[in-house]
Amino acid sequence: MDANLIDARVEEILSTHGKGANKLVPILLAAQDAFGYLPGNVIQHVGEFLAISLGQIYSVASFYKRFQLTPVGKRRVTVCRGTACHIRGAPQIVNEIEQTIGIKEGETSADLEYTLETVACIGCCALAPCLKVNEAVHGAMTPRKAGVLFTDVSGNKNA
Amino acid sequence: MPEKKCTILVCQGTGCISGGAEQILNSLETELVRQNLSGAMQIKHAGCHGFCQRGPLVVIEPEGIFYTKVTPNDIPDIVHSLQPDTVPVERLLYYDTTINRPIKSFRDIPFYYKQQRLVLRNCGVINPENIDDALAAGGYQALRKALAMKPTEIIEEIKKSGLRGLGGAGFPTGRKWEAAFQAPGKDKYIICNGDEGDPGAFQDRSVLEGDPHSVLEGMIIAGFAIGARHGYAYVRNEYPFAVHRLGIAIKQARKRGFLGKNILGSKFSFDVEIFQGAGAFVCGESTALVLSIEGKRGMPRPLPRPRTTEVGLWDKPTLLNNVKTYANIPLIINHGSQWFASRGSEKSKGTAIFSLTGKVVNSGLIEVTMGTRLREIIYDIGGGIPDGRAFKAVQTGGPSGGCLPPELLNMPVDFDSLTAAGSMMGSGGMVVMDQDTCMVDIARYFLDFTQRESCGQCIPCRIGTKQMFDILDNITQGRGKPEDIDTLLELGNSIKDASLCALGQSAPNPVLSTIRYFRDEYEAHIYEGHCPAGVCHGCL
Ligand SMILES: Cc1cc2nc3c(=O)[nH]c(=O)nc-3n(C[C@H](O)[C@H](O)[C@H](O)COP(=O)(O)O)c2cc1C
Ligand code: FES
Repeated sequence: MDANLIDARVEEILSTHGKGANKLVPILLAAQDAFGYLPGNVIQHVGEFLAISLGQIYSVASFYKRFQLTPVGKRRVTVCRGTACHIRGAPQIVNEIEQTIGIKEGETSADLEYTLETVACIGCCALAPCLKVNEAVHGAMTPRKAGVLFTDVSGNKNA
Repeated sequence: MPEKKCTILVCQGTGCISGGAEQILNSLETELVRQNLSGAMQIKHAGCHGFCQRGPLVVIEPEGIFYTKVTPNDIPDIVHSLQPDTVPVERLLYYDTTINRPIKSFRDIPFYYKQQRLVLRNCGVINPENIDDALAAGGYQALRKALAMKPTEIIEEIKKSGLRGLGGAGFPTGRKWEAAFQAPGKDKYIICNGDEGDPGAFQDRSVLEGDPHSVLEGMIIAGFAIGARHGYAYVRNEYPFAVHRLGIAIKQARKRGFLGKNILGSKFSFDVEIFQGAGAFVCGESTALVLSIEGKRGMPRPLPRPRTTEVGLWDKPTLLNNVKTYANIPLIINHGSQWFASRGSEKSKGTAIFSLTGKVVNSGLIEVTMGTRLREIIYDIGGGIPDGRAFKAVQTGGPSGGCLPPELLNMPVDFDSLTAAGSMMGSGGMVVMDQDTCMVDIARYFLDFTQRESCGQCIPCRIGTKQMFDILDNITQGRGKPEDIDTLLELGNSIKDASLCALGQSAPNPVLSTIRYFRDEYEAHIYEGHCPAGVCHGCL
């Protein structure tokens, strides 16, 4: 996204939320959704708008798991490692995906295609094991299904 | 030929949507037109019907015909079955393997009829995005009734009902309301805790997705009772549908005068806004949650800390309850405290809602009377363990709870019996484990979780859970030492005593309970380098 566009989008987010300390987390969430991560200049902008020190913003941004301070991949793959998923084989799913897309948990691929992360629960435990690709939930996973899911996706990418 | 007149409910819970429920809705609309039935049939978007594992679900009322694992390709047959003189589509019905035949109505499926759905009464039944549907189901009647009562009368009713908070600790709700009522000051806040950070639990999400108006109604009544004008619904951002539907419910409630200035013509004004959590388990803890709304890191306030009912959001008196606690309020006001108190066990009244998951035949969202035996939940409702495997343990209370062994299957499930057994009610996760689950691995798993989620403020929790994790990791890798079990017990007990908040105080529970009930598995790892469940690669 070019700098002017980012600025315009930030302005829009700031004006819909308004001022006040309790707007910090909602604003950061909106920015995270809009840009996929929290760019440094956006954080600066938010700090000036809310009159909150950069130190405090970073302390908040680094505390909550939703916030990323570096760019994430186009496909954000979130594998659930919650209890229901764990006992139904989540660790094997993570392994399989790590091998298929060639990055480890917590990493983003160099071409910014994928980010692989795990979370405590997606809330679809009855369909365990589950994962999300961006916002879409895929349930009742097996290592094979997960392998196919990502081979297809990366196949498309290469096509 | 009598024309059938039916309502077709299409579950739009997160689980069913992940299976394609939105496409089903679209196909259904087209197909009804194609088969000339759109006039007689009403399609309804419903919230979570509970049996998520069999989703996407389609229910045809009034008969309750229950179709499971529906795909868009099944829609022509389903619509055809709505024509006069036809029969249901057998292949999509729930097949009961114990009696070897399909069951037509969900009301005849043990998964449903063994339950007691009070709080979940509207989930999967009404359209959560349509306030008229909620009103037709009795929504906001309790609010009318409450507005004609004195705040102290309402609090007295809640106290007499015996309702205890369903967010985990089971604190008596009426007493909390009374404290918030008595706290001095004009500005007070209501908060609904929908953070639901426990892995393996989705009941708060389902209630918010399926019946947001009941939760709102409970919050409004609470606001009137304690004298608050503003409420926050704290919902984790991983739950986009819950946030979306609650947002719609709030807008509709404002339009109808249930929220906003002079509610229903009274002098009482109250409004609710949604606050999305940004992902931190510890933010489910009251003082941390409050700080996170204030735009700070969500770390529990240091001890000694005043009660949130006295010093809460912006240092004002604040009443914080769980989603399901609020959803119970309209029931109690409508039916009376006597009615409510007549259900449940001696010290735990009403119902408990669980997310029944793991190695169990039927998994989903269930509600049972407090005091129902574990066996009834796992075997009668849950249908037992799949693939002829043996039941090994059931985990309740998430990272704060414990694992209960087969010997305790006859235990009545309520707040106190679970605590006495070394576990916890928690927010309602219930994960069933079979012989293929390793209890040491589970203990390691939970400590990995708490260790990641510890806010790091106090040493016992930050360092202690890490030490416990390292020992457990060694044991699962085949590097266990004979003294490890004693060290774990010692560390566990000190972390329980010395931690600053309930996260640390309960973090050792998964370890302590597995040592208590499954010590032989620890010993097999340590002394024989053998993992009886065949899970730990370091000891096969
Ligand atoms: C680490 C931690 C996490 C918690 N998470 C939740 C949660 O996700 N939802 C919840 O309602 N209560 C949670 N609680 C309990 C709350 O602190 C609080 O007791 C509860 O929301 C009060 O509501 P109730 O009285 O209706 O149960 C958590 C507590 C701790 C210590
Ligand atoms: S445990 Fe994986 S979705 Fe809840």
